Amino acid sequence: MTSKYQIYIFSFLLIFISVSIMTYKVKILDFPLFSGEEKSVWSIEAKVKFTGTGENAFVSLALPDEQEGMFVYNQNASSPNYGYTTAISEGYERGEWAKRKVSGTQTLYYSIDVVRDEEYVPEKVKEYKHTFSIEASSIILQAAASIMHDAYEHSADDISMTSRLVSEFNKPKPSQAVEMLKRKYIHSRKDLRDVIAGLLEDKGVKLRRIGAIALEDGQKNVLLKPMLEVHDHGKWQLFDIKSGKVDKEDELFIWQRGAVSLLDAEGVRNSEVRFSVTENVVSARSAALIKNNEEKVSLMDFSLFVLPNESQNAFKRLLLIPIGALVVVLLRVLIGLKTSGTFMSVLIAMAFMQTELVPGLVMFILVVSLGLIVRSYLSYLNLLLVARISAVLIIVVGIMAVVAVFAYKLGFKDAISITFFPMIILAWTIERMSIVWEEDGAKEVFIQGGGSLGVAVIAYFAMINPIMQFWTFNFPEFLLAVLGLIILIGRYSGYRLSELYRFASMVKRK
Amino acid sequence: MIALPSELKSLGILGMNARNIDYIGRYNDRTLYPLVDDKLKTKKLATEYGLKTPALLGSIEFQGQIKKFNSMVPSGKGFVIKPAQGSGGKGILVVTHHDGENFFKPNGESYTLNEVKRHASNILSGLYSLGGKDDVAIIERLIEFDDVFDGFSFEGVPDVRVIVYRGYPVMAMMRLSTSMSDGKANLHQGAVGVGIDIVTGKAISAVQYDRPITLHPDTDKELMSLEVPHWNEILHLASGSYDMTDLGYLGADIVLDKKEGPMMLELNARPGLAIQIANAQGLLERFKKIDEVAHEHQNLDERIAFSLAHFGGDNV
Repeated sequence: MTSKYQIYIFSFLLIFISVSIMTYKVKILDFPLFSGEEKSVWSIEAKVKFTGTGENAFVSLALPDEQEGMFVYNQNASSPNYGYTTAISEGYERGEWAKRKVSGTQTLYYSIDVVRDEEYVPEKVKEYKHTFSIEASSIILQAAASIMHDAYEHSADDISMTSRLVSEFNKPKPSQAVEMLKRKYIHSRKDLRDVIAGLLEDKGVKLRRIGAIALEDGQKNVLLKPMLEVHDHGKWQLFDIKSGKVDKEDELFIWQRGAVSLLDAEGVRNSEVRFSVTENVVSARSAALIKNNEEKVSLMDFSLFVLPNESQNAFKRLLLIPIGALVVVLLRVLIGLKTSGTFMSVLIAMAFMQTELVPGLVMFILVVSLGLIVRSYLSYLNLLLVARISAVLIIVVGIMAVVAVFAYKLGFKDAISITFFPMIILAWTIERMSIVWEEDGAKEVFIQGGGSLGVAVIAYFAMINPIMQFWTFNFPEFLLAVLGLIILIGRYSGYRLSELYRFASMVKRK
Repeated sequence: MIALPSELKSLGILGMNARNIDYIGRYNDRTLYPLVDDKLKTKKLATEYGLKTPALLGSIEFQGQIKKFNSMVPSGKGFVIKPAQGSGGKGILVVTHHDGENFFKPNGESYTLNEVKRHASNILSGLYSLGGKDDVAIIERLIEFDDVFDGFSFEGVPDVRVIVYRGYPVMAMMRLSTSMSDGKANLHQGAVGVGIDIVTGKAISAVQYDRPITLHPDTDKELMSLEVPHWNEILHLASGSYDMTDLGYLGADIVLDKKEGPMMLELNARPGLAIQIANAQGLLERFKKIDEVAHEHQNLDERIAFSLAHFGGDNV
């Protein structure tokens, strides 16, 4: 009795561990539970272009900071023949390229790969200080004061004041004061941003300047969008200087924060920086892998994903065998189905996975039937068993080759996958079947062969199930649950389904 | 056509899973299996314990010995070749008579000497043994079965299967071959199973392919008229096999020879469940009764006496 309880505890423990690890991976490591889920990986590329003047060139580009909700997993500067370093200047990271005696048009690239990650919080959030003041004539200052007075009067807090100011500057027919500022200072969106920022800072609003890029696929040669972030109620609120408040922050990637210049260049002319964005849709699993590899989650250090691709693929198939085994256990212990050779069906099912079901079935039946015919001749030769099975084995190879060639010539390209059948299994199947044929007749051959094929087909469907495939490989701990289940079934001492039929006559007679 | 689990339970029917876990797993120590899985060992042990078995004519261990096959078999007379470690009646070749070149099966078909030799060679190669391991071929004297079974069996040797639980004979059945079973006494191949009253040795009910019948399908003999002679001796033979092997749940297969009486043919550590259908009786109730008294009875005679007192007829 105690051993029975041990079994329960042990198998439920296995299932519990399995479920816990899976939950951890889904909730914390962001693994998707199903294969269909997709995530976008964004490649953002900054292209720095300039013309050399024959002097020594030095180009410095502001690099993106860590950003909440965005995980940067790859950074790459490509700049042939340029010396490249990164440096921290005024608290900001910059990429610096240098080369002597540069002439002609030059292009430098800096690219990053970004994936959205709601839970990602950068380790340190920098404070952005600003010292910026507009020196202006009194009439301009007066205009500014009137704009700000109006905005202040028609707002409740810094956020709504900013909104009001942005919309004021974007009106088709702005007030005279706005018109005056626009004409004098505003020639680009960046100017507009800086003016609005300047006005707000004068009022004591805590804000930071932002250069962002929209995460939209196919953008080429675009400029950073000048934007604003205003701090209020303990939060930063992002503003677009054309449309106002931005709520969907995760559709933007913030390249530049603070007032530092985006691009500094010495010894060159016509320098500019343009951005392009490409979206790659990858499975959510790859995205999780990318992220967890970068973050060096220890669980991932010892996962199957550290193996080379080729072995990963081999394991993908190996890890499905327990599923096939579970099917066999269920069919034998609960249903009471008889198969010839306990796990032969699983091996055949594995072969079916490679060949596809129908071609696999056709080829299996073809090879075994042809093998049986040849085997019936061999039995006249009176050979020793080992020699006979070896002979059958060679004939199986021959049959497979002939079938493959003929089928290929006839246009059945699938036939080549015939090689995936485990030959030894085929040879033994033929040998056993022919013995059964001799001893118990052809009917028994069809019953046993059909039973094994039936189980193989059921195992095949369990093993090609996308959820099973996805779970066994991405959550190998799922197999612990399978193990627990098999152990549990291993102690099932109730009736089998087939016995309900088998002993039915006894119930009737009572 | 299908029963509810609760109905089977109320009849005390032993299922395959319960058999494996609760009886074979608990009472049959795996280290003891070779005693019954290797028929040569069983035979030797049985001789030691004074249990009668069919006479051993010879055994073939190496392929080279097959050449001398003819010298091992009695000239003209019948014999049986079987694998020492075969299961489910596989690989058993029965020869009723021969002339040194042609060997005749019970159904009149004949084998050539070469075919018989190939059969022996296959046995040695392990074709019929569990897991395909190398095996030994046993050549035994052919049983001449008792005349009382005339008409009950078609071209084969009928045998008595007795289930012995912890040394107590629990249930018995007679297995009769039919044309469908090709002279073999295997129920799943179409042999008839006749439930035998453990007290009287008389038929209780009969089944073929798990369904009740009353007449032998080939000979039309009234199956209920079957009465096994030497019944007490059979019970002693079966029950004694427990003392010999220590297996708590076993099936003893016993044949009746015309001259020598009951003989133990083989023992089975994993006896099947069809005996319940043949007897129209579940095994579980009887097992429970034995579990209550198992420690009280010391020797074979006491155990048999208990079975005779409690397991007769419909008396569960």
